[in-house]
Amino acid sequence: MKKDSYSVIGGRVPRSDARAKVCGTEKFVADYPHAGTLHVAVIRSPVPYGELRGVNRTELEALPGIVATVFAEDIPGENCVPIVGRDMPCLATGKVNYVGEPIGLIAAETAEDARRALASVKLDIHSLPALIDPEKARDPDAPRVFGDDNVFSHLVIRRGDVEKGFAEAAVVVEGFYRTPYQEHAYMEPQGMIAEPEGDGSMTVTGSMQCPFYVQGALATVLGLPLAKVRVIQAATGGAFGGKEDVPSLVATQAALVAWRTGRAARLIYSREEDILSMSKRHPAVIRYRSAADRDGRLLAVDADYILDGGAYATLSPVVLWRSLVHSVGPYRCPNVKVDARAVATNRVPCGAFRGFGSPQILFAVESQMDRLAAELNIDPVEIRRRNLLSDGDATATGQILEGSVGALETLEKAQSAAGKAPPKLSGNSRRTGRGVSTIFYGVGLGATGQHLARTGATVQVLQDGSAIFSVGTTEMGQGMCTALAQIVAEELGIPVSRVHMTATDTSRVPDSGPTVASRATTMSGNALLRACSPIRQTLLRIAADLASTEPQNLIVVQGRIETTAPKPRSIPLQDVIDECYRRRENLAEEGWHRVEGTTFDTATGQGNAYVTYAWATNIVDVEVDIETGVVEVKRIVAAHDVGRAVNLDGVEGQIEGGSLQGVGFALLEEIISQDGVIQNPEFGTYSIPTAADAPKVEPVVVEAPFDGGPFGAKGFGEQPLMGIAPAIANALADATGIRIFELPLTPERVLAALSQKKKK
Amino acid sequence: MKLDFTLNGKPISREVAADKRLVDFLREDMGLTGTKEGCGKVECGTCTVLLDGHPVCSCLMLCAQIGGRHIVTIEGLRDGDNLHFLQAAFVDAGAVQCGFCTPGMILSGAALLAENPDPDEEEIRRAIAGNLCRCTGYTKIVDAIRLAANRMRDK
Repeated sequence: MKKDSYSVIGGRVPRSDARAKVCGTEKFVADYPHAGTLHVAVIRSPVPYGELRGVNRTELEALPGIVATVFAEDIPGENCVPIVGRDMPCLATGKVNYVGEPIGLIAAETAEDARRALASVKLDIHSLPALIDPEKARDPDAPRVFGDDNVFSHLVIRRGDVEKGFAEAAVVVEGFYRTPYQEHAYMEPQGMIAEPEGDGSMTVTGSMQCPFYVQGALATVLGLPLAKVRVIQAATGGAFGGKEDVPSLVATQAALVAWRTGRAARLIYSREEDILSMSKRHPAVIRYRSAADRDGRLLAVDADYILDGGAYATLSPVVLWRSLVHSVGPYRCPNVKVDARAVATNRVPCGAFRGFGSPQILFAVESQMDRLAAELNIDPVEIRRRNLLSDGDATATGQILEGSVGALETLEKAQSAAGKAPPKLSGNSRRTGRGVSTIFYGVGLGATGQHLARTGATVQVLQDGSAIFSVGTTEMGQGMCTALAQIVAEELGIPVSRVHMTATDTSRVPDSGPTVASRATTMSGNALLRACSPIRQTLLRIAADLASTEPQNLIVVQGRIETTAPKPRSIPLQDVIDECYRRRENLAEEGWHRVEGTTFDTATGQGNAYVTYAWATNIVDVEVDIETGVVEVKRIVAAHDVGRAVNLDGVEGQIEGGSLQGVGFALLEEIISQDGVIQNPEFGTYSIPTAADAPKVEPVVVEAPFDGGPFGAKGFGEQPLMGIAPAIANALADATGIRIFELPLTPERVLAALSQKKKK
Repeated sequence: MKLDFTLNGKPISREVAADKRLVDFLREDMGLTGTKEGCGKVECGTCTVLLDGHPVCSCLMLCAQIGGRHIVTIEGLRDGDNLHFLQAAFVDAGAVQCGFCTPGMILSGAALLAENPDPDEEEIRRAIAGNLCRCTGYTKIVDAIRLAANRMRDK
């Protein structure tokens, strides 16, 4: 029998890890006992580009408390941290390519010994003219940082006839947009502990999103088979993409020391080291031209942009790909020409950050929509309504949408939740404005990541009626652990509080790919459903015996199995489990889920890029002080189509937190870099929003269920950040008439634009 | 130096380096790892503890500064299995995500409620402005502190 409603899916369920976290007992990597553990310090390049000629190794090794040093020549395996490509060394050799690049490792008895040794490092580096400006990367005389042309990846969309589209247009607008680095600013800095085991294997525990990436990197660098590398995720204090690829660096650094010394080694980054050397959101330079007919319907898009990838390819090719697929926004557009390039510079390698390349391009897309609307004198909400993709439409990559398209519903619900815009102020220096953005998000890894689109899970029902499960994806704060516990609870009728997730551990579950692309809850959820299914069948079969009925007459509810035929009966689930154990039935199963069907043609940029899409509309009210240039966000209404909200608290938490990161990206956050050296590696000068300057975020949940997701759920955790910056820029334009093309929208930029406008 | 002070209600007497940071002393010497370190520069508030009832960053304090004073860490807030009002409210209001800022955030909230049992939203936001959170957007944290205040007054 099928249930017509759910017991725990869709409710508000307290996080399963909340109690440990409020008590301070949750164990993050720095909280593991470390008596007898060596401390690792990383010797880093002080220059953006240079020839590495030597280091005072003997002197360092003679210092008190120093047990060993490790340099490139000592690496037992391959000197490579594999990510998308294999261009990044673990420890620099020959050349250094960015400030902060790891050169060597110091193993010290105490943190203080390590610090002292680091201060005694003497590097012999011959500095070379560096490539700092990404716009100069393709110049013929630019220093060669990567390959022949400093281009990590060049991707295109060629769709329809762009020239014809522009020729037929009633209006054309063009803009040059720039977006800066964004620092993840997870509260817990990076950290790893490596323990050499007696059998020659290596166990590494730490803060990370992707244990299987870390396992692969360790096996490569240590020259060990994967079978001899075990990676365990410690509680992870925020990640946002910043613990996707770079933990592989941190882990290999700790593990090389452990391998060299035969002792456990611990490496916890300082905040400064973390900001200087770890990944960031790619800065972007975007030229974007859009054409529309008299009614505001998009006719053509022609865009050309670069992402600054930094010194190594890391994830840049796939970040670029996601940005490309999102480069026209959630709109119908018959004619599209996009050229996107990720280029190399002598700057810190950029990587994954919530939105993965899309916030940059969506800033341009959504600014352009408002500029078209203004030219045509159409309301910004109305122009979006006329262009929004709906079921059966084709995306910019030619993908025909089949179901789960909640775009219009997010627009309508956001508009009705937001109500009337606040009245325009005049007289004093305050101006009010409202801005809107409508965006979409390709769920999961998509066509370029199809080889990784699989997950495993195990579930076991124990004798006392509790259940334990393991998955290969990770909890980093987003709430996966609770959503997955709910899925197991719903399927098996066990209370959520009695369903326990083990720490993610490469030795428990097969390689399940990375925890990225908002895929964890849906992918592991599906794998868990597959694991639960045979257990559920066993429970029903045994219950049917106990109730003298057929399994198909039974329904699983919380704590019970019930039937109406042949007569109403309710059996405590525990009785069924007891009977299963008496009969030695197997209540432990594995589940495996893989995603098929994504395609992409690199010549044309056409294909079924993602299995499905999430959709969102943001409506933002701002107040701008035209004397000081300060933009204050008063209110954000954020409507997101999530397919199905598994845990409402979790969904709202993603919307509220992601939106605020978007506010930071829009207004505050800026890495100041001088000649390739980051000047503000600290929260005092790299400001992120505090409680005092956070606006009210009002989440609106839209549910257009996705057939391929557990209970209809779609991954959407990245989406809340993605459309906030253009909505704020649009609100600023509405309030003041100024259009700013570069983030963040600082008071200086606002004042400069206001004075420019006055001159006109 | 010999350090005498009160920790979570209990008198403590220890030999300790005067210039040891309080956060290191608590985490390493006392094994109280609930106090987190996020920046080491008094900029993020994750290492917040209460010093005679006031929130301070333990990464800035040295052991020499706490003689005779009373320190409360997150471990000292609950009574056995019974969570403090703020801890329970953080669980119930969905105010926890990654949890790294949570101990400091709760202690700043506790200091606020001890002084002002009925704070409005502005007062709550000001009181936790020194505690950064990158996950939640603060909405549910503010809700949790309100909820705790209401429950404490109703008890």
